[in-house]
Amino acid sequence: MKLKFDKLTIILYIILVVFGWVNIYAACYNESHALIWDMEQQHGKQLLWIGIALVVAMATIFIEPKFFAQGSYIIYGFTLLLLIATLIIGTATHGNQAWINIGPFKLQSSEFAKFGTALAVAKYMSGLDIDIKKRNVQIAVALLIAIPMGLVLLQHDTGSALVFLSFVIPLYREGLSPALFVIGAVAVILFVLSLLINQYLLMGIVLALCLFYLFGWLNKRTRRHYLYTLGVLAACCLFIFSVDFTFEHVLEPHQQSRIYVLLGKTDDIKAAGYNQHQSKIAIGSGGLIGKGFLKGTITKADFVPEQETDFIFCTVAEEWGFVGSTLLLVAYVVLLVHLVTMAERQRSAFARFYGYSVAGILFMHLFVNVGMVLGLLPVIGIPLPFFSYGGSSLLAFTLMLFIFIRQDAERNNLL
Amino acid sequence: MSKQYSDRNRGVKILFMSVGLIFIIRLMVLQLFSSEYRELAEVQALRHRTQYPARGLVYDRNGKLLVYNEIVYDLMVIPRMVKGLDTAYFCRQVGITREDFEARMDKAKKYSRYAPSLFMKQITKAEYACWQNKLHCFDGFYVQQRTLRVYDRPIAAHVLGYVGEVNENDLKNNSYYKRGDYIGRSGLEKSYEELLRGTKGVKIMQVDVHNREIGSYQHGQCDTLPIEGINLYTTIDADLQEYAEKIMANKRGCVVAIEPATGEVLVLASAPTYDPNLLVGNARGKNYNILSNDISKPLFNRALQGQYPPGSIFKVAQAMTALEVGAITPSTGFACDKSLVGCHNHPSARSVQEAIKMSCNPYFYQTYRRVIQQGKYKSAAKDSQYGLTMWRDYMLKFGFGQRLGIDLPNVSTGMIPDTAYYNRWYGKDRWSFSTIYSNSIGQGEVQVVPLQMANLACIVANRGYYITPHVVRYYGPDSTRNEEFIQRHETGIKKEYFDIAAQGMYDVVHLPGGTGRRANIPDIDVCGKTGTAENKGNDHSVFISFAPMINPKIAVAVYVENAAGGGGSWAAPISGLIIEKYLKGEVQRKDVERQYMEAAPCQKLPLPHKAPKTKKKKRG
Repeated sequence: MKLKFDKLTIILYIILVVFGWVNIYAACYNESHALIWDMEQQHGKQLLWIGIALVVAMATIFIEPKFFAQGSYIIYGFTLLLLIATLIIGTATHGNQAWINIGPFKLQSSEFAKFGTALAVAKYMSGLDIDIKKRNVQIAVALLIAIPMGLVLLQHDTGSALVFLSFVIPLYREGLSPALFVIGAVAVILFVLSLLINQYLLMGIVLALCLFYLFGWLNKRTRRHYLYTLGVLAACCLFIFSVDFTFEHVLEPHQQSRIYVLLGKTDDIKAAGYNQHQSKIAIGSGGLIGKGFLKGTITKADFVPEQETDFIFCTVAEEWGFVGSTLLLVAYVVLLVHLVTMAERQRSAFARFYGYSVAGILFMHLFVNVGMVLGLLPVIGIPLPFFSYGGSSLLAFTLMLFIFIRQDAERNNLL
Repeated sequence: MSKQYSDRNRGVKILFMSVGLIFIIRLMVLQLFSSEYRELAEVQALRHRTQYPARGLVYDRNGKLLVYNEIVYDLMVIPRMVKGLDTAYFCRQVGITREDFEARMDKAKKYSRYAPSLFMKQITKAEYACWQNKLHCFDGFYVQQRTLRVYDRPIAAHVLGYVGEVNENDLKNNSYYKRGDYIGRSGLEKSYEELLRGTKGVKIMQVDVHNREIGSYQHGQCDTLPIEGINLYTTIDADLQEYAEKIMANKRGCVVAIEPATGEVLVLASAPTYDPNLLVGNARGKNYNILSNDISKPLFNRALQGQYPPGSIFKVAQAMTALEVGAITPSTGFACDKSLVGCHNHPSARSVQEAIKMSCNPYFYQTYRRVIQQGKYKSAAKDSQYGLTMWRDYMLKFGFGQRLGIDLPNVSTGMIPDTAYYNRWYGKDRWSFSTIYSNSIGQGEVQVVPLQMANLACIVANRGYYITPHVVRYYGPDSTRNEEFIQRHETGIKKEYFDIAAQGMYDVVHLPGGTGRRANIPDIDVCGKTGTAENKGNDHSVFISFAPMINPKIAVAVYVENAAGGGGSWAAPISGLIIEKYLKGEVQRKDVERQYMEAAPCQKLPLPHKAPKTKKKKRG
């Protein structure tokens, strides 16, 4: 049996982890704690986590991929238990009930839940006669995803919950109708518009569009056309009404204000808009080539909160400039695209689905995190994979990625 | 099934790449096409701490220090860092009340809890020394050094001037100044501001989100050190200045003394004056109000800003001009015809020299008529216009009617009327010599600044030229001199005429019938000319003089306002004392000295008025 590990993925992984650590070091840099292995400092702790992650990565390589394929439901069940345990014995950080204390370490269970869910859904989807077009399959998959997602939501960890939506990417590959994306896009547009303009005006616009479709677009109109259009119109109006309710009663006040800040309805750079305003200052002041390693004035002076975790991208943009941050984004996109290529070349449905899941989860993290830091999305706390400070996320991502690398390595031996 | 939707991988890849592209475009907008964020970053993350240089020192002509700096301390506070303060103990040490403490603390907190604010300004070294060793008990407080001007002797306030905090105008006009800086407001402090102030340094500190300083920016590579101000070496003789101020202490007027050969100002005293130390430090505002509300105007520099009718001293310039234009000869005599213009009783003058000695008004009336009405035109009005223009040119060459280029601010021009002035006043061709004859005896429309009077004495002492009077001899480590202050300004009048003037001025002091005999000093040939300027109050007493007659070392102008006596009775003896003090080092005539130091002419003085426009009859 000959194993062929994918070198590009491993190299990109190492680059991201090392460059990530360099920026964590810069973000926490303090002349009195300049030692890189200072365990009191976050860069010192992260060094330890990187060491552990490398051990995990090596260990993964020696484990037969069959172990994960066959044990996927067990692992899934274990991560669900972990999520429930977190809700019961967990400690709160920043209002999120997402951590379990294990000795000196804090374990973030939601990071592992994504991994467990990816295994379980892949296992289920690789079964015989499983077609995503079937209603019962759709319900089963939705349940597999919704249970951990709901538990994470109960932890008030909106960011991590959002990541579970990334399973639409592997499901799309397996045949899920693209209509779902269209409906999703329309929902987002209607949501934003209903917050920006009067809801009755919005309904009027939707009605006008429907009328235009019926009488301006179609040459022949059948009864079916009328019924569908009426149904779409009713659904839209219902949705618009529900937005108001959802916004007022489901979202928490800080989430409401974050959305308002993004939409430009409030411009409070002292309170709700502070993080993103400072983040934009740090990024904007970086210029083309940045201020240089350890020379960032905004990130160094703690103007940007959470800058070694969720806002780590600011440090990159300020100290390494447009060149550095663009290269980082390019590295991520190359990794993601390459993961899709790798997934596509798998012979087993399990490995393919799992590969797409890994790419989807990483993409969702990148999209939400960088979108937030750049001020394109509302503030949602979520780490940048391999990059942000945090042991749980680094371990979970490493585990997730290397299991796939291991599967890919023996794809030719599995016939 | 695995191949069924395999082309969908392209869609997923495009999604990944387009999100990456959107982010890169967003980065371009933020980092490359917008400078707004870069500026915001500077404003909030860096603090520019000014390093104040010490102002330049000022020395007198003999190397005596006139102005230096004293270190004072500004007590600063960072409210957040104040912990466990024994307020009662602190107040006792620093010397403030509890209420005062609360008020200052509230103000600081209102500004910022994290940034340093000024708690107490300009604490003297002595005050600071009392609690310096206890400062470490007061967490959150620290001191910052500033410098203040100190004047060793309370003299020459008008020459030295004062500094004050910059105002809105200064900030608007000159970007060098920042709030809290000092700027020269008058005197040398103003005219040499750019040399004296030095160059501020800056220390750039990085501050964190709480406005705490977290270290120097780029290891101090962008910092600049302050450069100390440049020292001035003045021409003022501190001892003589002090002496002049002492004599003038209970009088109103001024003394200007110049070294004729060089134009160096030895004394520039204006009375009443004030102690320059009054306009320094915390008490400045209060004292300034008191001084500026004083009806005797101690802030007004009479020597440079005052414009007075010169009285008879003006006759010296008239005689020189008349001789030069050929209106008279040295031996021309005129009868003392009191029907033309009033005069005191004396024999008629038979020459220019005698006319100066006796200060005969009708003589100069006649002389001036010959200058103004030269018979070039038939019409008396036209002829007077021609004559006046020619006369005025000579007056300007004497330094009258224009700002003398002294290196001090706020100098008045004085007034030498021209034809346009009279045309405006009387109408074109509606005036002639008979309208303006008062000018001949230094009254009428003519007004002269005391500095110009001293300059006239210099011109006679130099026999025909002057060098622009100046107060700074050289400055800086290289002893830089101003080129303007070595150039001769010629009157264009022959030296032999000035010999006659000098002889006449010698006679004024030495011969029986001379008007300025009280200026006489044993062993020294003082030459002088009295003047008595009439005005709404009592007459002003004027005397210009120089000594010795050959190779003069000093030229003096003394002006005593409302002295109730002629030039001979007040200004002449005061001039004598100043000349004696300068040339002999000590005044031997102690009785005379005491007499004029103690005497205070006319205590109840009317408010100073503008010199009258009406023509009046004078005596010399």
